[in-house]
Amino acid sequence: MADVRIDSVSLTYHGVDADVRALAGVDLTLADGDAVAVIGPSGCGKSTLLLAMAGLLAPTEGAVFVEGEAIARPRLRTALILQDFGLLPWKTVLDNAELGLRIRHHPPAESHKRALEALTRVGLQEFLGLFPSELSGGMRQRLALARALALDADLLLMDEPLSALDALTREDLQDLLLSLWRDRRHTSVLVTHSIEEAVYLGRHVLVMSPRPGRIAAVVDNPGMGDPGYRETEAFHQACVELRGLLAAEGALHREGGAS
Amino acid sequence: MRGWTRKAVGYVGAAVVMVVLWELASLAMHSPALPTPADGLGEFAKQFPVLLPHFGVSTLRVVSSILLGLVVGAPLGLVLGRSERADVIFGPLVFLNYPVPKVVFLPVLLVLLGIGNASIIALITLIVFFQILVTARDAARSLSSAAVLSVRSLGADRWQVFTNVVVPGSMPEIFTALRISVGTAVAVLFFSETIAGSTGLGYFVFDAWGRVQYGEMFAGILAMALLGVLLYEAIELIEARVCRWARAGR
Ligand SMILES: Nc1ncnc2c1ncn2[C@@H]1O[C@H](COP(=O)(O)OP(=O)(O)OP(=O)(O)O)[C@@H](O)[C@H]1O
Ligand SMILES: [Mg+2]
Repeated sequence: MADVRIDSVSLTYHGVDADVRALAGVDLTLADGDAVAVIGPSGCGKSTLLLAMAGLLAPTEGAVFVEGEAIARPRLRTALILQDFGLLPWKTVLDNAELGLRIRHHPPAESHKRALEALTRVGLQEFLGLFPSELSGGMRQRLALARALALDADLLLMDEPLSALDALTREDLQDLLLSLWRDRRHTSVLVTHSIEEAVYLGRHVLVMSPRPGRIAAVVDNPGMGDPGYRETEAFHQACVELRGLLAAEGALHREGGAS
Repeated sequence: MRGWTRKAVGYVGAAVVMVVLWELASLAMHSPALPTPADGLGEFAKQFPVLLPHFGVSTLRVVSSILLGLVVGAPLGLVLGRSERADVIFGPLVFLNYPVPKVVFLPVLLVLLGIGNASIIALITLIVFFQILVTARDAARSLSSAAVLSVRSLGADRWQVFTNVVVPGSMPEIFTALRISVGTAVAVLFFSETIAGSTGLGYFVFDAWGRVQYGEMFAGILAMALLGVLLYEAIELIEARVCRWARAGR
């Protein structure tokens, strides 16, 4: 079960000119099957936090535990989806979807079958031979999701996965994300810049402080996942509350914060 | 198919323009060194049986040089581009030698390897090697970190990152370098064959020039031009297959 514990994680980048302290003592516990959204000023360390959770960046202090185990390298059933989807332009839809399984040396026949199932789930079964450059933005995002599904990921880490999409495609994919989460109950961490998206897709919404990032507030959002939640008063209320918290963190008017 | 017909029309058109310019130039100059297209092509046809073995030898030399330069230069360049440590150690060596004109080493190669295939292939390989090495290094360096990160997040080790991201992602640039090095390679081939060859098109052309056989000389020049065009087209063809993805979705 993919429960996550982030234990006073600090992370400093050693840049060319100076060191950048990106995270300063992040503490967080996610229950298995939780869905959290992370929101905060630009440059506050959201992507950094996600990379640390994926096992791609080692914290300078503290540690990330998944299923009780300290993460030092990418974990088998964690899937990471980056803003530009992280697809390989030189691989077809099918090959991209199979990639995770192939890298982990699953038998080709099994990889193929699981990739096909995942592609069918996201509605890409008819585009197997196309290259990513031949897909629309929404289709690329679906492909990135299929790759995670093929891996049977129980922890899904997403860094602004929908920010490059137009409004309609975006809502469409938000609903897909929600329905996948309802069906599979994986643990989901979604970084977003959109207040509405955070409230729509996060059972808990984490507000981060400007750099160096900490968790400044957690908004509980129990209505998340209810049918038609977007149209409810509770949704609206949660958005207002979140907006207030973000304004308090200086995230709304001073994009990027002090530097 | 549409692409092919367009290309064919383009080539025929270009050939017509060239023949017309050639005709005009030869009429204007009125020199035996530049025959009219009809005479030149006639001579080419006449010399064809004699030219063929020279053409074969030259092709073998230039193709094996390009392959050698590619097989050694591309992997080395990709590793330098991805590994800071390797780059710190070998980078300066590469960049100190890259701008040195390699052709001036032909005499050295002749002393070491003697007249013939070995010196010619060594010289062309050396030049192609550096061109491809430097391009591959830059291509590997500028790869998108998102692709690398996402493949690493799937559990890829260094070797898998290399085969899944670095190699295919650098292919278009490597092919560009290959196409450019064909021109250089054929030029160096000509130069080295005139000095270090007793066979090959370069030798043939130079020998005919020495014997004041301008017809033969010109036939050899045409064969050399043909060799360049064929090599270039071959690389285009291979690239279209290998880098199909880079042309998709345009
Ligand atoms: N590789 C790196 N080297 C040095 N500094 C870095 C590096 N990556 C990020 N940083 C710095 O660390 C801080 C946090 O970066 P991060 O990308 O985690 O922010 P973010 O919250 O995801 O921002 P955004 O909302 O703009 O995506 C930023 O100030 C950034 O400049
Ligand atoms: Mg970010």
